[in-house]
Amino acid sequence: MADATVSTGTSQRGWYKRNEIAVTPWLFLIPGIIFFMVYVIIPIFQSFYYSTLSWDGLGQAQNIGLANYAELWDDDAFYTSLRNNFIWLALYLLAIPAGLAIALLLNQTVFGIRLYKSLFFFPFVISQVVVGLVFGWFYDPTFGLFNIALGTVGLGPINVLGDEAYVTYGIIAAGLWPQTAYCMILYLTGLNAVDPEQIEAARLDGAKRFKMLWYVVIPQLKPATFIAFVVTIIGALRSFDLISIMTNGGPFGSSRVLSFYMFEVALSEYGFRMGYGAAIAVVLFLIMLIFITYFLYSMYNEEKGR
Amino acid sequence: MFPTPIEKSSPGVQIAYKTLLPISLLVWLAPLLAVALFSIKPDADFTQGNYWGMPSSFEGFTNYGLVFGSDMPRYMLNSVLITVPTVIGCIILSSMTGFALGIYKFKANIWVFFMFVAGNFVPFQILMVPVRDLTLDLGLYNTIPGLVLFHIAFQTGFCTLFMRNFIRALPFELVEAARVEGISEWRIFVFVIMPLMKPALAALAVLIFTFIWNDYFWAVVLTQGVESQPVTAGITSFNAQFRAAYHLMSAGSIVAALPPVAMFFLMQKHFIAGLTLGAVK
Repeated sequence: MADATVSTGTSQRGWYKRNEIAVTPWLFLIPGIIFFMVYVIIPIFQSFYYSTLSWDGLGQAQNIGLANYAELWDDDAFYTSLRNNFIWLALYLLAIPAGLAIALLLNQTVFGIRLYKSLFFFPFVISQVVVGLVFGWFYDPTFGLFNIALGTVGLGPINVLGDEAYVTYGIIAAGLWPQTAYCMILYLTGLNAVDPEQIEAARLDGAKRFKMLWYVVIPQLKPATFIAFVVTIIGALRSFDLISIMTNGGPFGSSRVLSFYMFEVALSEYGFRMGYGAAIAVVLFLIMLIFITYFLYSMYNEEKGR
Repeated sequence: MFPTPIEKSSPGVQIAYKTLLPISLLVWLAPLLAVALFSIKPDADFTQGNYWGMPSSFEGFTNYGLVFGSDMPRYMLNSVLITVPTVIGCIILSSMTGFALGIYKFKANIWVFFMFVAGNFVPFQILMVPVRDLTLDLGLYNTIPGLVLFHIAFQTGFCTLFMRNFIRALPFELVEAARVEGISEWRIFVFVIMPLMKPALAALAVLIFTFIWNDYFWAVVLTQGVESQPVTAGITSFNAQFRAAYHLMSAGSIVAALPPVAMFFLMQKHFIAGLTLGAVK
């Protein structure tokens, strides 16, 4: 009797025990996967579906096929946003060389340098909402420091945020401030790990300054550059907070980007056009997908290399 | 070391460097210093056009007092109530997913991992309409739990990437040794891996705290009133209330920005270690 009880017990435990190593990871993954599926992965596909609807978010949705995309094709505001997105992408990448430059400036061991490093990093910690407010005042045509500085060299005043020609560049400059700080900290960490022996060897070979930087240091900073590239691209395509705070898309919609235009179409006083908004989001997603594929491809090669 | 240590250069260059450094810092932080100056000025200075001169009187206490007398404390409290549960939730979920993906070798491992990583890169807007809809359906629109649930789910992507890479770098022999001893897998998680993850947990906690505290997009998509909006969204209504009152808007901005700044300076080492994970091979 006693024997039988024990043996059933072990055979039940036995199944779990035998498969413990195969089953455990899934038990640990399930909560995370469920959350991520429900709030991230499934919504991506839902957005594709929504983009074929005409829907105000409350009433009856109507399937209109690709009509939303056809409308996008002729929508000037869409092209303005798309063009601004590419300007953002191109100019935001300046954060990478700028961050490297500041990192090189600060990679010394003078007194108080640690404090300098953290204070240079400071803008990244502040919310973009506050950065946007601060830069809004910085550009103010009546009292902003920007126009005072222009005035001292005999230029201006320019109402940066009120002028269609300058507004996007003005906002990007504000965005570059924290983004440069982020790239700087990546490079400072990278520079810490640069192999001093290679530097010495290159020095003996007569490599100086820019040659040294280009042929010896930058190749060793490749992992930092990759991360800087990833976060900068994502940051550029996610730009929303600054535009919303500084100009609300204006003047006359000239500073919109896709992420902002999408929000405006779907959730603002211009009407709740969920389907049209979703179509814009799909376009933005497809642009991002090019980069996501590249990032994952690089990571995959790295994983294989291990 | 690159560039050449400044101590090895001529005294002239050294002096130039040491004067250039504080000046460049002042220029770099000028926009913030301006806000700090604004926040202690009296209202009269702005109406008289004294924007950049010395404050005609020190009104720091009055200005900050007014900020604390407004809705700001409520917005701050909301931010805390959103941020802290999100941090806890993310850490619990991602230490589990990170453990599963970092320790076990199974076929789907890399694909599950890539799902988390790819999801973490998507533009928010592709999620906006469905997530808002889901939150409405759950009856959580304009509530703090509605925001928290989404933030936990979304941040799990980044946190999993972080935890998994951290656990991968731990010596696997520890797990093997524990298995030889016959210790069950979940005990390995709790007693072998968890204690070693403390630095990663600290780094993630400060990073997520900052990300969530500074979130603005989801705050305006999923909430709309003083009873649930965090301080990033609150500051805009605060500003609408005090339009053109630069001294109050400045003081409000500083109050709103302070918690992540304090977090950064207190936990600097962990913060930077977290942000730069992977920047060095």
